[in-house]
Amino acid sequence: MHEYDNIIIGGGHNGLICATYLARKGQSVLLLEASNTLGGLAASREFSPDFRVSVAHSLSHFSEAVSKELRLADHGYSPCGEILDTVGLSLDGQHVVVSGDQISGVNASDTDNYGSYLATLKRFAGALKPFWMKTMPRIGTTRLSEIITFGHLGAKLRLLGKKDMGEFMRVATLPSRDLMDENFDSDILKAVLSWDGLIGSKMAPRSPNASVLNMFYRMSGQHDGAHFLPSGGIKSLIDALHGAALAAGVEVKTGAEVNRVVIDSDDTGLFASGVELSSGEFIKSACVVSSADPKRTFLNLVGARNLEIDFVNRINRLRSDGYVGKLHLALDSLPKFHGVDNPASRMIIAPSLDAIEFAFDDAKYGEYSESPVMEIIVPSVKDISLAPEGKHVLSAHIMYLPHALKGGWTEAARENLYQKLIGILELYAPGISGQIIDGEVLTPADLETTYLNTGGHWHHTELSMDQMLMMRPTYEAAQYSTPINNLYLCGAGSHPGGGLMGGPGHNAAKEIIGTKKKA
Amino acid sequence: MTKYDAIIIGAGHNGLTNAAYLAKAGLNVLVVEKNEYIGGAAVTREMHDGWFYSSCSYVCSMMRQSIHRDLNLTKHGLVLVPYLGTVVFADNGDTMVSYNSEEAEYNQLRRRSPHDADAMFRFQADLARYAQLIRKTLLRTPPDPTSFRPRDIKELLWLAKEFWSLGEKELYEYIRFFTMSAADFLDDYFEDDLIKAAMASPGVIGTALGVYSPGSAYILLHHVMGDVDGNIGAWGLARGGMGAISHAIASALTEHGGEIRTNAGVDKITVKNGKAVGVVLDNGDELHADIVVSNMDAKRTFTQCMDKNDLPPGIYDKAKNFKIRGSSGKVNIALSGLPKFNNVPDNRYINRGGQGFVGSMETMERAYDCWKHGRWSEDPFIESVIPSAWDPTVAPPGQHWMSNFVQYCPPVLADGPWTPEKRDAFGQTVINKIERYSPGFKDLIVHMEVRTPHEIEAEVGLTEGNIFQGELTIDQLLFNRPFPGYAQYRMPIKNMYMCGSSTHPGGGVSSACGANAAREILIDLKRPNTVPEDDFYDE
Amino acid sequence: MTSSQVDIKDPFAGERLKESPFHPRQALLNLRDAWSSWNGYKFADYYYDEEYEYFCIRNSCATYDICPMQKYVITGPDAEAMLNRMVTRDISKLKENRVTYVCWCTDEGRMIDDGTIFKMGPDRFLLTCGSPSLAWLRKSTFGFDQLEISDVSDSLAALSFQGPTTCEVLKKMGLVGIEDLKPFCISYFSLGSDDNNRLMVSRTGFTGDLGYELWIEKAYALELWDKLYAAGEDYGIQPYGEAATNMARLEAGFIMPGMEFNEALKTVHYQYDQTPFELNLDWLVDFKKPHFNGRSALLEARDQGAEYTLVKLDIEGNKPAEESFLYSDKECSKEIGYVTSAMWSPVVKANIALAMVMTSALDGDIWAEIYYSKELRHHSKVAQCTFQTHPFWSPKRARATPPGLY
Repeated sequence: MHEYDNIIIGGGHNGLICATYLARKGQSVLLLEASNTLGGLAASREFSPDFRVSVAHSLSHFSEAVSKELRLADHGYSPCGEILDTVGLSLDGQHVVVSGDQISGVNASDTDNYGSYLATLKRFAGALKPFWMKTMPRIGTTRLSEIITFGHLGAKLRLLGKKDMGEFMRVATLPSRDLMDENFDSDILKAVLSWDGLIGSKMAPRSPNASVLNMFYRMSGQHDGAHFLPSGGIKSLIDALHGAALAAGVEVKTGAEVNRVVIDSDDTGLFASGVELSSGEFIKSACVVSSADPKRTFLNLVGARNLEIDFVNRINRLRSDGYVGKLHLALDSLPKFHGVDNPASRMIIAPSLDAIEFAFDDAKYGEYSESPVMEIIVPSVKDISLAPEGKHVLSAHIMYLPHALKGGWTEAARENLYQKLIGILELYAPGISGQIIDGEVLTPADLETTYLNTGGHWHHTELSMDQMLMMRPTYEAAQYSTPINNLYLCGAGSHPGGGLMGGPGHNAAKEIIGTKKKA
Repeated sequence: MTKYDAIIIGAGHNGLTNAAYLAKAGLNVLVVEKNEYIGGAAVTREMHDGWFYSSCSYVCSMMRQSIHRDLNLTKHGLVLVPYLGTVVFADNGDTMVSYNSEEAEYNQLRRRSPHDADAMFRFQADLARYAQLIRKTLLRTPPDPTSFRPRDIKELLWLAKEFWSLGEKELYEYIRFFTMSAADFLDDYFEDDLIKAAMASPGVIGTALGVYSPGSAYILLHHVMGDVDGNIGAWGLARGGMGAISHAIASALTEHGGEIRTNAGVDKITVKNGKAVGVVLDNGDELHADIVVSNMDAKRTFTQCMDKNDLPPGIYDKAKNFKIRGSSGKVNIALSGLPKFNNVPDNRYINRGGQGFVGSMETMERAYDCWKHGRWSEDPFIESVIPSAWDPTVAPPGQHWMSNFVQYCPPVLADGPWTPEKRDAFGQTVINKIERYSPGFKDLIVHMEVRTPHEIEAEVGLTEGNIFQGELTIDQLLFNRPFPGYAQYRMPIKNMYMCGSSTHPGGGVSSACGANAAREILIDLKRPNTVPEDDFYDE
Repeated sequence: MTSSQVDIKDPFAGERLKESPFHPRQALLNLRDAWSSWNGYKFADYYYDEEYEYFCIRNSCATYDICPMQKYVITGPDAEAMLNRMVTRDISKLKENRVTYVCWCTDEGRMIDDGTIFKMGPDRFLLTCGSPSLAWLRKSTFGFDQLEISDVSDSLAALSFQGPTTCEVLKKMGLVGIEDLKPFCISYFSLGSDDNNRLMVSRTGFTGDLGYELWIEKAYALELWDKLYAAGEDYGIQPYGEAATNMARLEAGFIMPGMEFNEALKTVHYQYDQTPFELNLDWLVDFKKPHFNGRSALLEARDQGAEYTLVKLDIEGNKPAEESFLYSDKECSKEIGYVTSAMWSPVVKANIALAMVMTSALDGDIWAEIYYSKELRHHSKVAQCTFQTHPFWSPKRARATPPGLY
């Protein structure tokens, strides 16, 4: 039987990246993807005949280093996509537009403050930037390279200067609402600027925790956090990653769902020896790398009984219920949002921080928001392959939808929500309901079923202080290795976290290569 | 005209403690107080004939025993009595008693959930571990992590060593604990909602956070890390009401030659050539001193009592942005008899204890939602205690005084400012809720006094009526309290200090802020330290 | 979820300790009203005189109420796998109707508790231990779907019956064939009054002597008591309490939570709990068995060697070395350990102790600094200690089957 050096579970972007790095070191790599398409949440999916869309609909912090090192440009990915304007929609058409370091639609003081706000955030984000692409060591490590990482982090923070360093330590855990109130007057601007810190997490503007830290994370990309669409859309990124993987010699198998990680034991303890597919086929491998979320990896694929008791309960208590749903509409023509000139904008419907907060309040009791807030783009403007000529796709992230709705996600509940969402859209894009050919709502529960991410969580597990850095997903597995020898993690549930970023795949590969060198 | 070595603004317990230590070191000190009585929020006031209300603060758990002993507060009349258990009430009328005996408590929990009765052991051990570490920091000045001064580096290393001594696993658990919600924290241990609600309730007292809000786990600890005679988590009452604490400290202060002037509100802190030189009182009197110490909260100090032009750039904004949110109300009630509660046995050891009207985790969280909407909670979380059941000095024999602390109550209502009518309606909400669990309760009421954040601010001077002089969230704790760079009690103006709960370690009647500030002042004056460094924490 | 209310007619009901099913009989015999508590139960320290009760264990026979002990029945196809993952011993080798002594550890390899596992059927186990363990069991069960845990602590009555004449008494009571029951084996008998009152007897105990433990539904507890006491009347039967138990178990060299080890989940200070190696329980840790909790930490602990090791000491003189510090020299200049339990052994006529001694100091001299008082005046002395490798008390009858004549 053939034995691989590595098996990668999951063909999302992190799985592809990890596989490619390993293959480029001359190791044999087999990548297994359960569905028939690569890309995970970034995979294009036909949701209505001839209309396609991916759950992730824009890029903000995809790693430049990965893009360069894997020569994604050679495989058709153009990282220099145009920045999308972020438009905070207002019912009266007086929208707030954020375009890189420019804003409009707010008063003079907000305009002024935006400059200094952005500069401060950029400095803070800049200090953290090197660490997203590094393994965060265990506290108390004795490995020199890891102690250097800590020293480096300390130095970076110290180099911010006394004042900035103090301020950094204050704002890192600040609720985004406080940061916004300290800086701005405009309700819509506050909501728009908080958006990226909140989306994907079970966090609202008033939640103290990591929403500001998340903003720094998102700002690690080439456009300081601004969203963009590469020409060719999200699909071009996944295609390029696939191309790079094949070029590096990765063997890619789709439609191959892993049933379990096969665990063997020797005197030193348990180790992974391969995987078993749902077809029953056993594939042997020296090393198994999972880009599946930590809960799926440990609870479903490894099995609790092969793990330590507190560890596995700690994995089980990871907060991984998603609160973001998707609305996809197939439209017969370009939707016209009142007062929005550039159809290639990222539009946010959240009139105030309270609107986000109250939408969250419903969800925390297991209801979907009475007045959901959302982020909308029309990706077909940039990527004409998504819809037939002249027709368009609208893609919207909806907050907050609980994974487990009280009473369940029945047809009636979905229909009710769908109508509610169309009703809201109609307020901002009058006539849009007449343009709809087809539409769907994806709840976090649907995301889980389709993409096998536990809880339907965007980031596999909450990006909150207690689940970040050297505690992501939990301290025993934060350096990509796990309590099971030869089993590694490389998904969004590992440092630095989720989003189309690539850090976990990159860092995991480095860690695996380093370990093998030592051995 | 006399010039003082130091003027302390505000005769709350921390201001008095600070002054007492400075006087003990030989300084000529004056404490100025805007009210005609001293104590700030730690007061006892006769608000109805024969009834002495601890009208604001009502229990004591954090008072540093080393200060109690060092200032000889017992000689000055202070006796702290631990109080027995609390009954918590669920929405459906179900009750849970905390019994004094460990075995009875275990049986009680076991009747609700055998699992939780067992889990409680681990929970208590974990909390004790967390509390021990924090307690060690209470009487220490936080290090400045941005500084290279030997003292700061030494203190940071000490802190690192203390953390490291937890062991790696507990260290991660600790970090986690600091950032998580009370609900998530408790979900790890317990299955029974009422047990969770009872344990979670300290996590929201005095704070504008809900039990589901990240960060509330730490506040839970802040309330249970105190102790009475080494029993971590025990709460006590001051005989004679909370004012007894202030009066004992004041007595120690005057014994050391310090002076207190009441009815002397401060209009402005005078600054000359970048140095604090004294204060101007409301009546226009000017007082001079080498040092000015503010026991007021940070926001009030910098935005109300100082000229913006006297402040270095940025400080005014820091003060303005300092989070000090009113979220609590207080209803003080004189009762003609001891109220009887449904589902609480007529047991002398428990029916006089505290009452926690928690409802459920969701009820508490929904109470917070009301606050967010600018309303007082329709179904509030009330923490009550009947001190007269232990303390014969606060109400006429056979009659009682009941303190009711209420979460949540906003400083400003969505529909406009507080009015007497709205205040009374808020009070009715509270007694209606108690009546639900104690039929006939309203008939026992002889007198009641209702305090919203508005009244608390007006009387005590706490901005927005925040009982901690600033939210206890991680962005405002330790070296971030009150602002990064100013956590060592020295303020941006030379010769000016802060000693109130806006500074480390924060709210609670602990005397720690005042004592720590005194230590720093004495260091600056190159005087021998008179402040105890350690508490008795080697348990 | 049940209400936490107790009978409201007695306002102090909630304060009162629970009474064991044997309480009505035991209360009559507790002449000294010497009650303490265990797991929420009213529990006898001693009944009449602790030394008398101790001698009943060693000389005739005596009963010890173990109802307050925690008892969990674990059933289902996953029961064995779950328990085997939890404890350090390989219980897959445990045969039906056998009992084994086990301990279980945290992920970090620190002792949570010790106890016994009874294999009552292919998929049916009884776990008994001193402290409530439901929370840890629940955590251990995560990932094992096909099993059920029921906490039978309050419904299964249990009586430990110990001493040289126990076998004879049980025979006289009508337990036919009891003399053939081997140590750590289980047998079932009928008490006779109706079909449900099955009596489970295990040849187990905590005294190091011949003895049995009797298990029965609580409804039949008094019936069991009465029959046992009727049969035992001529054999010197007597109830004994905590004090006598503590003496007997120390002579047998058995450890006690709260004395020799601190339960890991209740330990506040870092590493103030123990590994099984420190407690000399290496024989309980089976690295050859399938994965069990704490394995990798224990492997590391074994390879590193324990800092302290629990030892049995024979100490000169007759002053019990309670709470003594141990030194490597008579001058007490180098501290090497501390005594965990100590007593004067009345049967062995020796001054015995269990102690934690630094492993590195085990080869050298051991001296104990003993404090004692004489007519209110406190004295101290330094006494030399000698190692004991075997239990202080270990009669052949405890192991022999049949146990033979008393």
